[in-house]
Amino acid sequence: MGSVMMHEVASGVDAGAAAGAGMLLDVRNLHTVYPSARGNVRAVRDVSLTVAPREVLGVVGESGCGKSALMLSIMRLVPRPGRIVEGNVRLDGVDLLELSPAQMRDVRGKRIAMVFQDPMTTLNPAHRVGDQIVESLRVHGMMPSGAGRPEARRDCLRSRLWQGRRDREEERDYVIELMRRVGIASPEHRHLEYPHQFSGGMQQRIMIAIALACKPRLLLADEPTTALDVTIQAQVLDLMEEINHDMGTAIVIVTHDLALAGDFCDNIAVMYAGQIVECGPADAIMEDPLHPYTRGLLLSMPRLGSRQTLHAISGEVPDLTSVGAGCAFAPRCERRTSRCEAEESPLVQTRDGRVIRCHAGTIVSL
Amino acid sequence: MIRLGRVQVKVIERVVATIPLALAVALAAFVLMRAIPGDPVDIMMGEGASSSEEEMAALRTGLGLDQPIHRQLVVYLKALLRGDLGYSIVRSRPVAQMIREALPATIELAMCAMLFALALGIPVGVVSALKHNTAFDRVSTAVSFIGVSLPAFWLGIVGILVFSMTFGWLPTSGRIAYGMEPRHITGLLTLDALLTGDMTALGNALRHLCLPAAALGLGVAAVVARVTRSSMLDVLGSDYVLFARAKGVPEPAVTTRHALRNAMIPTVTLVGLQFGSLLGGNMIVETIFGWPGLGRVVVDAIFARDYPVVQAAVMVYALTFVGVNLITDLLYTVLDPKMALE
Amino acid sequence: MGQASLRTDELYQGALARSADMSGSSGARAGFWPRLMSHRGGRLGLIIVLAYVVVAVAAPVLAPYSPGAVDLVRRLVPPGLRTGNLLGTDQLGRDILSRIMHGARVSILVGLATVCISAFVGVGLGMVAGYYGGVLDRALARFTELLLAFPYLIFVIGAMSVMGPGFWNLVWALSFKGWVEFYRLARALVMSEKNREYVEAARVLGRSDGVILTCEILPNIVNSMLVLGTLRMGNMIVMESSLSFLGLGIPPRMPAWGSMINDGRRYMLTSPWVATFPGLALALLVLGMNLLGEGLRDVLDPKMMEG
Repeated sequence: MGSVMMHEVASGVDAGAAAGAGMLLDVRNLHTVYPSARGNVRAVRDVSLTVAPREVLGVVGESGCGKSALMLSIMRLVPRPGRIVEGNVRLDGVDLLELSPAQMRDVRGKRIAMVFQDPMTTLNPAHRVGDQIVESLRVHGMMPSGAGRPEARRDCLRSRLWQGRRDREEERDYVIELMRRVGIASPEHRHLEYPHQFSGGMQQRIMIAIALACKPRLLLADEPTTALDVTIQAQVLDLMEEINHDMGTAIVIVTHDLALAGDFCDNIAVMYAGQIVECGPADAIMEDPLHPYTRGLLLSMPRLGSRQTLHAISGEVPDLTSVGAGCAFAPRCERRTSRCEAEESPLVQTRDGRVIRCHAGTIVSL
Repeated sequence: MIRLGRVQVKVIERVVATIPLALAVALAAFVLMRAIPGDPVDIMMGEGASSSEEEMAALRTGLGLDQPIHRQLVVYLKALLRGDLGYSIVRSRPVAQMIREALPATIELAMCAMLFALALGIPVGVVSALKHNTAFDRVSTAVSFIGVSLPAFWLGIVGILVFSMTFGWLPTSGRIAYGMEPRHITGLLTLDALLTGDMTALGNALRHLCLPAAALGLGVAAVVARVTRSSMLDVLGSDYVLFARAKGVPEPAVTTRHALRNAMIPTVTLVGLQFGSLLGGNMIVETIFGWPGLGRVVVDAIFARDYPVVQAAVMVYALTFVGVNLITDLLYTVLDPKMALE
Repeated sequence: MGQASLRTDELYQGALARSADMSGSSGARAGFWPRLMSHRGGRLGLIIVLAYVVVAVAAPVLAPYSPGAVDLVRRLVPPGLRTGNLLGTDQLGRDILSRIMHGARVSILVGLATVCISAFVGVGLGMVAGYYGGVLDRALARFTELLLAFPYLIFVIGAMSVMGPGFWNLVWALSFKGWVEFYRLARALVMSEKNREYVEAARVLGRSDGVILTCEILPNIVNSMLVLGTLRMGNMIVMESSLSFLGLGIPPRMPAWGSMINDGRRYMLTSPWVATFPGLALALLVLGMNLLGEGLRDVLDPKMMEG
């Protein structure tokens, strides 16, 4: 598994092309802003991260920390009037932010796919699930080839209009196979049903099937299990792990549940107030969190068998319309100094490939 | 397939459930007319009319008013089943015939008004939603608001003033110029003209339809535009539209295949409801434009105290309304699979 | 009929029902006037409606002429600033402006009376049906379905032709169908409110059902009723005008916009002002009521802001 490498990305310092080499996804200095009546909400502030092929990265943080906005920014689906104001998002070396809308549409669903939190509202209630899965293929002008890999058809428009019986059968078989792959029983009948006829866990699997139809290399999952029961959660996560293993799809999973990320992911990036505050291998972070916020998150997780009082992080998430010069977490941090309040720490790499945004953390680890 | 069968059962259920309602409507019409305070014959004969006692008694017997009320009801219901709606006092013709002649005109007008409303309202609503908060959106919202507030009959009058009298572009009244009537097949003159290939008649009939349909339809168009706009906005901001975009679906397909389909559902039910108000507003517009439809018949009958006609016409109106609602229900079932299986 | 029409009702009024969740009794009142005033549409609507009310109340004093003053010498005088009749005269020489002013009294009174009666009956029945359910609820459901089968205007015309013209006849006829909307809304709101915690709490405290309904639930649904009433009043006024247009409204001696419009029809080509101005007056009042109603809805029910 590739390790996540981060570099000092204070303004003016170029990370260097070599750093991003071989990376499937390479985000640099991303800034996303949502204008609102109260002012500009800076949802994503100077975020940089990379995802290697086949890697599973977890993005962890509380609500409002910008993790969903980050995912939407990568897909260039930030809803108006929000917009990306700065940065690069490179997929296999190509900067997505420079693509034309048509080119970007080609990327969405085919190279990067996304699943969302609540499948009941995300799946179109008026279309059959089979049709929704096939749509992914058709929209990109792809047909399932004999080997089960979708391939582009040169005459995709014609294929849609005059689709032969055989083509449709091929598609239907592929859909059924895909549904079976994600663990839906009796797909031969169920692909004709509507979303509301499935349970929550099944709906989520359908969404995953839709996402995988074109065999993307990267899957973004925005809180895919939050709306599900715990037992179903485990099943869906198992499915995603299988997919990562069998199909080699890299996964970025967004969650507020640090424990889940610790179990499931190779690497974890912790976000707070629109910034990455810590990043590194999952095991390392769970065992030895460096950033005070990560520490606080870990300590506030209830543990079976432990009788310690839960530790809560005091204070509240800051207002993202008025972010000051100092560290965003400082007001809630036990280890803050006057330097923290005045000056924000840049992301600094530590030994063993971890990255942290904290004055105190830096001092300790050095 | 099992699912299809269930939908068909639902359809039959709905249709059957309407029958008691239709019966109740017929009953209500009967009761309404019997609720006249005072002697109906007196009223029909008019004040100051010098009719002899024999004439009045004869009329009373002729109308069956000398029978006890339950007998009257039975007679009434039996006649209904035969399709006999009574006899017009003023015109000395069977009411059913009068209604049969007048109904197509009303239906044609109502349908054209509705088509006009949809053709104007839906695109405006959709475009307003797509161009949310631009000048187009703001202007169209303001105009729709005003459109909802303007009463149809006043619009009709102003329309006549402007388009007929001042500019002379459109005719003042009537359905078609004298002597131009095409052969009657359905009773809907536009359709008949099309079917017989009589293009001059078609053009003429359409010109006559313009003003009344617009007067009736403008208010409905405004409502349709507002509802379509807000439902499109809702849908465009929804998760499944976001998901469709995330799949890489091109914008036009997002709008048509994903957004419109779901956004139209409230509009469809609205159409059903609005048709009812169209049927109501029909009367006055028909009177203003001299349109020989059911509304005109009712109004004339009211002034002439022709009660059998009023009773029958009210009932026919109500039954049409019930029928339209039934069709809307069924359409809704088709559009929204969730509804179908509830 | 049932499902589909209820759906749009629910769409239209379901959001009002949701507002009951959000506003609560005191929350909606706090800062009500400032918020209404800052709402552009609502402000304009309120001004228009108030202007009409003032004119209606003060008509006897404000009107330059008596509305019934026939002057056959000055028939069909066109409107003008110096002719002495600002909006002209009709075919009997009566001043149109004065007649419009007096007509406002009738229209507003009819609208107000109808809405009040409809609301009283509708809300009362709706609250009982929504709270207790059972036989009453089902019976009323059937009855309202039947009532709704008749298009409004036709029903009222039918009723009026039976009863004859007259102020109270008109009000009763209009209310006979008008209460249904209030009923449906009140019922839907009560059904969603009765499961809320504060009702539970009141019951635990031993309050009787009657008290719960009037003191606890009613204040929470008053807002929605206010919005509905304002919006509906415009409709009622248009219907009153339609009826007087047909000669079925109030007695013909009293000036009413509808009958004025009807009178003026004959003279459209030569003297269009006779029919046009009353129509304008009507349209403007309805516009004002709609604006006010929408403003109230936006202020009392923030969720509907977008539409």
